[in-house]
Amino acid sequence: MSSTEPGATALHVADLDVSYRVRGKDRQVLRGVTLEVARGESYGLVGESGCGKSTAALAIVRYLPRNGAVSAGSISVAGRDVLDLRGQKLREYRARTVSMVYQNPGAALNPSIRVGSQVAEAFTVLGVPGGDATDRARDALDRVQIADPGSVMRRYPHQLSGGMQQRALIAMALAKNPELLILDEPTTGLDATVEAEVLDLVSQLQAELHTSVLFISHNLGVISKMCSRVGVLYAGRLVEEGPVGTILRDPRHPYTVGLLRCIPRGGVRKDHGRLDTIPGFLPSLGAEITGCVFADRCALADDRCRAEEPRLDKITPVHASRCWHHDRAATLPRAEIADLELPAVDRAGAPLVELAQLSKVFKQRGHEVHALTEVSAAIWPGETLGLVGESGSGKTTLARTLLGIVPPTAGTALLEGGELPTRYQKRSREELRALQIVFQNPDSALNRRHSVRRILLRSLKKLAGVGGSVAETRMHDLVERVRLTERTLTQKPVQLSGGLKQRVAIARAFAGDPKLVVCDEPTSALDVSVQAAILNLLVELQAEKRVAYLFISHDLGVVRYISDRIAVLYLGRLQELGPADVVFEGPHHPYTEALLSAVPTVDGGGRDRIRLDGDIPSAASPPSGCVFHTRCPRKLGAVCEETEPPLVEVEAGHHMRCHIPLEELRRLQRAESQPMAPTA
Amino acid sequence: MLGPYATEEAVAAYNHEHGTDRPAVVQYVDWLRGIVRGDLGNSLAPPEPPVWDVIEPALVNSMKLAVFAFLIVVPFGILGGVFAGLRVGRPTDRGITVVGLSLAVVPEFVTGLVLILVFSIWLGWLPVTAQWEPGAGALTQVRHLALPAMALAIVLFGYIARITRAGVVEALDADYTRTAYLKGLPRNTVISRHVLRNALMPTIAVIATQVGYLVGGLVAIEYLFNYQGLGLMVLQAAQQKDFTLLTAGVLVVGVVYLVVTLIADIAFALLNPRIRFQAAE
Repeated sequence: MSSTEPGATALHVADLDVSYRVRGKDRQVLRGVTLEVARGESYGLVGESGCGKSTAALAIVRYLPRNGAVSAGSISVAGRDVLDLRGQKLREYRARTVSMVYQNPGAALNPSIRVGSQVAEAFTVLGVPGGDATDRARDALDRVQIADPGSVMRRYPHQLSGGMQQRALIAMALAKNPELLILDEPTTGLDATVEAEVLDLVSQLQAELHTSVLFISHNLGVISKMCSRVGVLYAGRLVEEGPVGTILRDPRHPYTVGLLRCIPRGGVRKDHGRLDTIPGFLPSLGAEITGCVFADRCALADDRCRAEEPRLDKITPVHASRCWHHDRAATLPRAEIADLELPAVDRAGAPLVELAQLSKVFKQRGHEVHALTEVSAAIWPGETLGLVGESGSGKTTLARTLLGIVPPTAGTALLEGGELPTRYQKRSREELRALQIVFQNPDSALNRRHSVRRILLRSLKKLAGVGGSVAETRMHDLVERVRLTERTLTQKPVQLSGGLKQRVAIARAFAGDPKLVVCDEPTSALDVSVQAAILNLLVELQAEKRVAYLFISHDLGVVRYISDRIAVLYLGRLQELGPADVVFEGPHHPYTEALLSAVPTVDGGGRDRIRLDGDIPSAASPPSGCVFHTRCPRKLGAVCEETEPPLVEVEAGHHMRCHIPLEELRRLQRAESQPMAPTA
Repeated sequence: MLGPYATEEAVAAYNHEHGTDRPAVVQYVDWLRGIVRGDLGNSLAPPEPPVWDVIEPALVNSMKLAVFAFLIVVPFGILGGVFAGLRVGRPTDRGITVVGLSLAVVPEFVTGLVLILVFSIWLGWLPVTAQWEPGAGALTQVRHLALPAMALAIVLFGYIARITRAGVVEALDADYTRTAYLKGLPRNTVISRHVLRNALMPTIAVIATQVGYLVGGLVAIEYLFNYQGLGLMVLQAAQQKDFTLLTAGVLVVGVVYLVVTLIADIAFALLNPRIRFQAAE
């Protein structure tokens, strides 16, 4: 990659090596990374966790952890070498030239200082006097489209929603009109609708200010929306680089190919086929690698790949891949080929679980918070009901009510026709083992002091009521089912990777042959390749055991892949319920429509985003009439504000709560957008 | 009270006179009534003065010692902790931690004894006992209190420094500190504006929990320095089976503890808007 004259590029990183000193040894995290971001360009850096993306960002802003150091290479921003900056010069560089916004905005703001003075600080550091700085801070908040900036200035960070907090941080980052803005997973953890708003804001400001952006994300959908060029990082090596469209359509590195295949997209469903996965694990931190960094996990790798590392070769003037076989990358064999016969769901028979008019009201400081309002739904044996909605919509409360962790205020849950006691303490062993859960975070769900063997044996004893040699046999069977190795049994959860821990959690849930497993964001904390493997496992278990799932996820691609039917919740009310394809293809409820359009997909384009104004209203004082009317882009008028529409079956198996007739919705939605055509 | 050779009649008369022949519940209700009226009862030890007259001077003495000890230990403890936290892992940090912990494991009366040896007996700078002559001036009182206060400060130093250090280390690692540095703020501003404010919250909570100990639990130090504080008074009340004085003393210590905890909570809320606004909402 030849560098043009200094000053023409916003960022130039050349042969950058970064290592962390861990237990007395230097472990290399970045291996000769070279990349360039032109002025006004938006460059995306993707890769799974542990690939070195954030390390690269921290090296650029000169904020590596104490044990990290740049051991070779150079970084220059706006033509100026940044690696030898010290003291005042370094502060000047941070104050005027480079900005960074990162994940988890709640932690990035100081909890005990008012938002206004935190934003104003970004101006005072530039030498703006106090009063002016306050005025400029107000303008900055205004520019990031915060309504009523005056009142936001006086508030503390915890009084703002996640989206507002991230806007305030973006306002701070852009205060100096930086030469380079680094965004490190800025929307990870935010709701899809909020994510979409924040991303729109960034694009818009970038276009206005011509800021150069380095955008770091594990989410290829977000990258394809935000960036023009992308670099793929694996084990600290840049393995492929090129224009976003080219990389997504014609990837030339097996890792990129694998990453793209892991993502459930283009309307693919579990009955269409399995997801591809990337076998094996990322090399450990600082491992000595002689050949290609990806050789160990690559189905195309041969002796040459293991002995000799390929260079980052140009395939076209703008597209480069670090692979000996880049011409054959697209032919990478699939990791999982065995197709499954999924049992047909018989909805004529009796449902497994029925929720009848479930309501839950929490009392909070004298307020009544309506977390769930008269939710009715049924789940049949062997099917997956996907549950979607923004945070605060009542997804988790619904799951907890079903499991008996939270007793409902009204309504009942039935298991195979029999009424379930409202609290799990009162439920029989049969009922307990029939309903199990897999949590988002296996770390806190598994006892960290116990070995995997002990965790599983205990679950077998508690749920299946077996001990001794029977339990032993069943445990080995479980371990095999969830594709764990026997070696895992002696280990403790802390010694396992996130994906393996989740497998243990799944094995635990299946110890008592459950009839329904609640999966609460089971793959949200995992990398896409691991996520694909876990989703495959869940589908396999379903095919084998005819278990039903109540699957909660904010990732609509994942929900669509695994679900037979989808339920959409908003402010504790069921807004739409129907077969997955119908709910996704439309015509759908205006809220579902907005949710779907908010998700940036790898396939990109297709539909314009439907804006939802403001945040989800408080469940303590839900709007009158249709609860969605305050944000609904298709609101009819007074009728929506006054009367709550009933949940009616608009077509076979498809229920919707909306005043607009189905045919009218079909016409409106077809006129404005092209539904996503399945590409798989 | 009447000694081992008292006649049964004398005991009955005594019990009747003091109301101790009534059922326990009645006595308890009577005691509660008295407290509501501000009457803690009379001491059982002759000449049976109202217990408040015994407690008040002891409480004042205890408060003087506690305040003095706090005035020494809080600034030093916080300073030491901040210093260690900002240089985590380096010799300064190791030194402060090791010294603080070593001092904290030595019982305060042993530390007190060493201080007496050095400052009173060898150097002759300060008095051996803490109790001053009645009517002594403020300066004399301070001279008398210096040694026991120092002994207490030395014991508490390690504790306060450690909590402060942990708070500082956590705040330095926090994302908001990174935000502040990446704004280009100078190190001193980052630390004084962004780090310390959040770092000191656990310290305040911990200091408050030490007050009960300082006001009512200083038996050994008060004994060693022959100082008439609450701790010693409660001990003596227990030895003499002076139950009215004992219960009243314990009650007063409890009240002091409550009041101090309340003050700490208010200070906490002033520093931490999350708590302040939760209460207001």
